[in-house]
Amino acid sequence: MSIASTSVIQIIPRTRRGVELLLLVIAIAVSVGAYVNIGITVQNAVPASTGYYAAGIGLLALIAHLALRYRAPYADPVLLPCAVLLNGLGVAMIHRIDLGLAIVAEAKGKVPKAPAAPQQITWTAVGIVLFLVVILVIRDHRRLQALTYTAGLVGLLLLVLPLIPGLGVNLNGARIWIRLAGMSFQPGEFAKICLVVFFAGYLVVKRDVLTLAGHRFLGLDLPRARDLGPIGIAWAVSLGVLVFESDLGSSLLFFGLFLFLLYVSTERAGWLIIGGLLFVGGAYFAYMTFGHVHRRVTDWLNPWAIDGGQVKLGLMGQAWGGILGRGLGQGHPEATLYANSDMIISSFAEELGLTGLIAILLVYTLIIERGLRTALGCRDIFGKLIATGLAMSFALQVFVIVGGVTGLIPLTGLATPFMALGGTSLVANWAIIALLLRISDQARRPQTPAAPVSDETIAMAVQKA
Amino acid sequence: MNSAIRRLAVAAIILMLALMANSTYLQAFRANEINGRNDNNRVRDSQFSVNRGPILIGSTPVAQSKPSGDRFKYQRTYAGGQVYAPVTGFYSYLFGRGGIELTMNAELNGSDPSMAFRRIIDVISNRPQQGGSVTLTLNAAAQQAAYNGLAGKTGAVVAIEPKTGRILAMASRPSYDPNLLASHDTEKVGSAWKNLNADKDKPLSNRAVQELYPPGSTFKLVTAAAALSSGKYTPESKVNSPAELPLPQTTVPLVNEDGKNCGGSNSATLTIALRYSCNTAFGTVGMALGADALNEQAAKFGFGARPLTELPSVATSQFPGDPNEPQTAQSAIGQFDVRATPLQMAMVAAGIANKGEVMKPYLVQNVKTPDLKTVSETKPESLHQAVTPQVAAQLTAMMVDVVNNGTGKPGRIDGVQVAGKTGTAQTSKDRPPFAWFTAFAPANDPKVAVAVLIEDANIARNDIAGGTLAAPIAKKVMEAVLGQ
Repeated sequence: MSIASTSVIQIIPRTRRGVELLLLVIAIAVSVGAYVNIGITVQNAVPASTGYYAAGIGLLALIAHLALRYRAPYADPVLLPCAVLLNGLGVAMIHRIDLGLAIVAEAKGKVPKAPAAPQQITWTAVGIVLFLVVILVIRDHRRLQALTYTAGLVGLLLLVLPLIPGLGVNLNGARIWIRLAGMSFQPGEFAKICLVVFFAGYLVVKRDVLTLAGHRFLGLDLPRARDLGPIGIAWAVSLGVLVFESDLGSSLLFFGLFLFLLYVSTERAGWLIIGGLLFVGGAYFAYMTFGHVHRRVTDWLNPWAIDGGQVKLGLMGQAWGGILGRGLGQGHPEATLYANSDMIISSFAEELGLTGLIAILLVYTLIIERGLRTALGCRDIFGKLIATGLAMSFALQVFVIVGGVTGLIPLTGLATPFMALGGTSLVANWAIIALLLRISDQARRPQTPAAPVSDETIAMAVQKA
Repeated sequence: MNSAIRRLAVAAIILMLALMANSTYLQAFRANEINGRNDNNRVRDSQFSVNRGPILIGSTPVAQSKPSGDRFKYQRTYAGGQVYAPVTGFYSYLFGRGGIELTMNAELNGSDPSMAFRRIIDVISNRPQQGGSVTLTLNAAAQQAAYNGLAGKTGAVVAIEPKTGRILAMASRPSYDPNLLASHDTEKVGSAWKNLNADKDKPLSNRAVQELYPPGSTFKLVTAAAALSSGKYTPESKVNSPAELPLPQTTVPLVNEDGKNCGGSNSATLTIALRYSCNTAFGTVGMALGADALNEQAAKFGFGARPLTELPSVATSQFPGDPNEPQTAQSAIGQFDVRATPLQMAMVAAGIANKGEVMKPYLVQNVKTPDLKTVSETKPESLHQAVTPQVAAQLTAMMVDVVNNGTGKPGRIDGVQVAGKTGTAQTSKDRPPFAWFTAFAPANDPKVAVAVLIEDANIARNDIAGGTLAAPIAKKVMEAVLGQ
């Protein structure tokens, strides 16, 4: 009997919600600590808004946590604390830039702009609301499969929305924003989610066809020519984004996503080769043909040539941060253009140094790897593909924006997930985390439906055994 | 499917590692290079707030940082004011640095590698960074004498200790007040900067080292040195010295300053030619020796090389490349395209004074940490043996004769034998000539060599002569050094 009971206990997964709560407390403590630290170094006092900030972040995290306990008890315990930490630190840094810009404005005798941090907290609340909607409404991610083509259509629509005259606006050379009711949105952030759902649904159906043996060439199974249609369409659409919206980052993101999912669903490296070649070809074509792409590349090769260029200022900030950083509130991140949005990673690198930057990158890595772990554990192909797609979209996005800011690759206009100032991106990322948690709940949940572990359930299980 | 996902997981980690590796390269290895960029405002802001070390003359600060109580924490103040401005330079928030403030910046703000250990201690103990002190070689009395001597004039003075190359005085007028540029009131600084740059007298320029002038007759010392070193001449050798020397390839003759021959005869010894600063005699010698010999001798005194590294924008004195015969004759008397800084002409005198050995001039005596540990101490360094000790002794005797009996009489000091040479360089009819005097004393055991240049003294054209204008200033400076 005793032997049987041990083996039974082992196969019942633990919910790990307690671990999540502990990690959440740490994440909130770090964020609030950063916020207070900034106040003390910049204003010589614990900021009056600390209570508002701490209660806001804490309450939102707690609500998300309770929703998981209620509706997704087996969900991954690391994802939510990671997202809360990045979101919290992001708001703290946006607040820090607010203070820095206010000091600069004061020195010039101008009226400082309205602070951006409260706005970002509001958007965090909207993000958590969407998080709750996803967790509470989508009880099973497989239901999304029915929406495959709807998602594809909506995704495409969102993608071309900024091209509609009167709605889309040009910002910083890219046409990826729309202006509605006095507010700016980046529909591409939601298009990303829709397209992942579409790609996953489409590939679940078509993977067998695409997997059919084609030609074997240089040790690689290459697909048949007539199966090249979908990849061609994805390539054309992403190139369209590049040409008409001048957005290098989104273009790379969409095409990369499609390619990764194609690869995972067919397990054929040949697709990656073809896709890679198509990407290189498209990128080269764009570089030769379009002024804005060309300029991004020359700016990247010699960032020092542009006076007041954001990359140049950002690189100077990062160098100034050095290994240990200037300390929160003790650098001059506000000296960089877009210090709280595009360049926020540079602001962290300046004040927290290489050490802090690597810590942040490790948190991103954790989210990515937990997402892929979810994909591995998921029992259905559709869920696997969605989890892979969402996790890899995160990986690509972090790589493209952080790589651009740190001078590894040309800078393109993608948002730094959870950290950068901007409502659309933040809300979309909360939806992504919610979807991943939803899938991970399904993946980690015991196969026979079971209530969360309690002594009673164990006793019941033992009796069954 | 899972194996493909696992491979993507590895790929994602590689992407993140690439970001980390790139940032490590940027923030750990390239940081110094980027922080050192001129257009780096962050570094400027924070360096401006550092407790910067003082610039000292002996133990008296001529520049130091005092607590300011504003956002920059410290205010740089220049007790040395206009007197020391050409050397100390300035440190302005808006317009960067000049002088020692620029060249010794790393030592003054404590970021120099030699102070790395102390900086680490500061970081660990959470003390603010504090800079080291820089002690200059300048002699306060000599510097003041040089500055006072230039009152109301445009010009420069350099005094060197011949045996070591220590610069004892370096004055340039008109000067400026570095306190105006170091102010934290950016508006005032902006207008001060604008005015200083708009001023046609160029107060921001350190004429002692940054401007090149035709050295005129003081260059005859170089020609005489070349002649004596060639072995073909002694101080008693007679050379052709008419009132007017016809030159080959041109109808313009070389004439003596007073339009007469030298010492009443159409041929004079080198000694007498130098005593009366005879153009035709040295023109003849120059053509006989050839441009190459003159060029070589000039180079041995320091022409053609940057003489001083401790100040920014130090000009390199030049002897013209490949002049024809009449141009060689003109060059031999310091005209045509010969150009020299006052520092260079002081080096010529110092080299002759130091038995023919030219020492590398220097301004920084030592650098110390805030707790007064010596980080570096400058050691005298030989540049060239410009002439043999014998030739140096002959030149000294000739220069003593110039001061005792010739054009250099106004440079005489009671009880001290002075050796010197005057110069008056014509450039064009519409601007006054440059008045020079270079000398050293005492002649038998030189303690100081000096060069004085007067660019513009606001007096009538015919009154300008190195002897009457520049020599009295040199005298005062030498007296200041010897009086101690």
